[in-house]
Amino acid sequence: MLNEIAFLLCATLTLAGAVAAMTLRNLVHCALCAAGAFAGLAAIYLQLDAEFAGFAQLLVYVGAVAILIVFTILLTRGAEIQPAASPSWRMGVTVGALVTACLIGSIAASPGLHGSPPQTVQAPVKRIGEQLMNQYVMPLEAIGLLLTAALLGAVIIALREPPKPEPPAP
Amino acid sequence: MSGADQIFVWIGHEAAGWAPAPAQPLVSAILAIAGIMAVFGACFALTTVAERKILGRMQNRFGPNRVGPYGLFQPLADGVKMLTKEDIVPFSADKTLHFLAPLVLTVPVWLAFAVLPFGRNMSALDLDCGVLFFFAIGSASELAVFMAGWSSQNKYSLVGAMRAIAQMISYEVPLVLSTVPVLMLAGSLSLNGIVAAQGSHTIGGLARWNVFTPWGLAGLLLFLIAATAESNRSPFDLPEGESEIIAGYLTEYSGFKYALFFLGEYLGLFAVTGLAVTLFLGGWHAPFQWLEWAPSWLWFGAKFSVLIFLFIWARATLPRLRLDQLLNFSWRFLAPLSLINLAVAAAWHWTGAWESAAAAPVRWLLCAALIALPAHWLGRALRGRLPPPRKYRYAE
Repeated sequence: MLNEIAFLLCATLTLAGAVAAMTLRNLVHCALCAAGAFAGLAAIYLQLDAEFAGFAQLLVYVGAVAILIVFTILLTRGAEIQPAASPSWRMGVTVGALVTACLIGSIAASPGLHGSPPQTVQAPVKRIGEQLMNQYVMPLEAIGLLLTAALLGAVIIALREPPKPEPPAP
Repeated sequence: MSGADQIFVWIGHEAAGWAPAPAQPLVSAILAIAGIMAVFGACFALTTVAERKILGRMQNRFGPNRVGPYGLFQPLADGVKMLTKEDIVPFSADKTLHFLAPLVLTVPVWLAFAVLPFGRNMSALDLDCGVLFFFAIGSASELAVFMAGWSSQNKYSLVGAMRAIAQMISYEVPLVLSTVPVLMLAGSLSLNGIVAAQGSHTIGGLARWNVFTPWGLAGLLLFLIAATAESNRSPFDLPEGESEIIAGYLTEYSGFKYALFFLGEYLGLFAVTGLAVTLFLGGWHAPFQWLEWAPSWLWFGAKFSVLIFLFIWARATLPRLRLDQLLNFSWRFLAPLSLINLAVAAAWHWTGAWESAAAAPVRWLLCAALIALPAHWLGRALRGRLPPPRKYRYAE
């Protein structure tokens, strides 16, 4: 009973945050609502006993990604009110429909829906670390390389600065 | 163990015993929360007056001395003043965010205390990944500062908030990296596990605290510097910068909301100090084996008070940095040094198998040199990179 109520609260927070992030007109409000949706998702992970994934979600998405989005908004365009409909809304609807179809397909194919629910697995941090360092070390390295390349690319793009004219002498 | 050591655990146990059996976990959780809020709330009040007294002493003046004996009741007077002040919200402010920001700052900070072990058997929540929880919860404060600065719709507030976020992001890197060697060598993310890993003794009864190793000492210094910056305290208090941008993101706050910001800042400092005690100073363990008879929570309190005094001392001594100096210091000095410290901790771990009697001091000196020399070189490189002295165009 308590579990269901907790799940409903977390799910409501996530969905409401996501819907608000898509519908609000003010970009900063959208970013903060997205942060709320990230936090709700972290709460759902925690409710599923996935401590590591939940806290990592909170640390990375609320602590870093949301801040990055907010910074980007302020540095590029300010928080002016956006027009009601984006000019490229057809493209957006297409991409959204494709992603939704993929998600529905993979959820429908998951073993949890057919037959017995999967038994709960205890995953202490130590075991996650061992798995990451042994079985999944190659994917981990590949992701690390990809992120480093993205970081370097971002720095190189940001480095290109037009030469500044000297300020006039007073 | 002696009665005094476990007295709070015993009181909590007995009090929860009065409740009906199904409600007992809830009652004991509420008791733990009440204990934490009472102790650290009182700590907040005491620290405000102690800070002003110590600052006064160091600057050769009296400090508060009007309210009560030695000015000890000053926090009460301050509290009454804060609560009865008019709550002003600017006309053009974003009302909802302006209201939410102090709450988003204060609530997660209280949560961070849940995982700290204050004494033997005295942590409210023993999480498998306690350190991760601590930093994950702390990351909400950046959003709160941004909400406060942006919602005020005021140039000074926005500048203050941007400075604060740049500073917090930059110093979170060395803060987290300097804790990694501790986690690596303890082999645990749980704060109770880290305290237990520092529980044994060497010859002479000296405890094996992390701070007595070269990487631990360097890690503690890095951690304390980064923690000062994370909690926006002098000499890293640019986001407030009263003399330049009035009070940064706090400009448009008054009354109880301002008090909440103040509370949140001090509680953040307390939480991160408690983490430093736990990670580097052996948590609630006594420094010598023959001192273990004193209650464990007393040791935690003593180390905690010493570190808080260090923070106040630094505030009285050091002038405020400039923004470019601040960011250079983090990215060109603290962050590389904390990475090097990680390698030194690995070296310390691998040389642990050395057997002979002369090995211990050699090992210590070798690892200390491995961290001290890069620190020296990085410091010199940092000094070489500083821009030439600023030329004032209009003020000379």
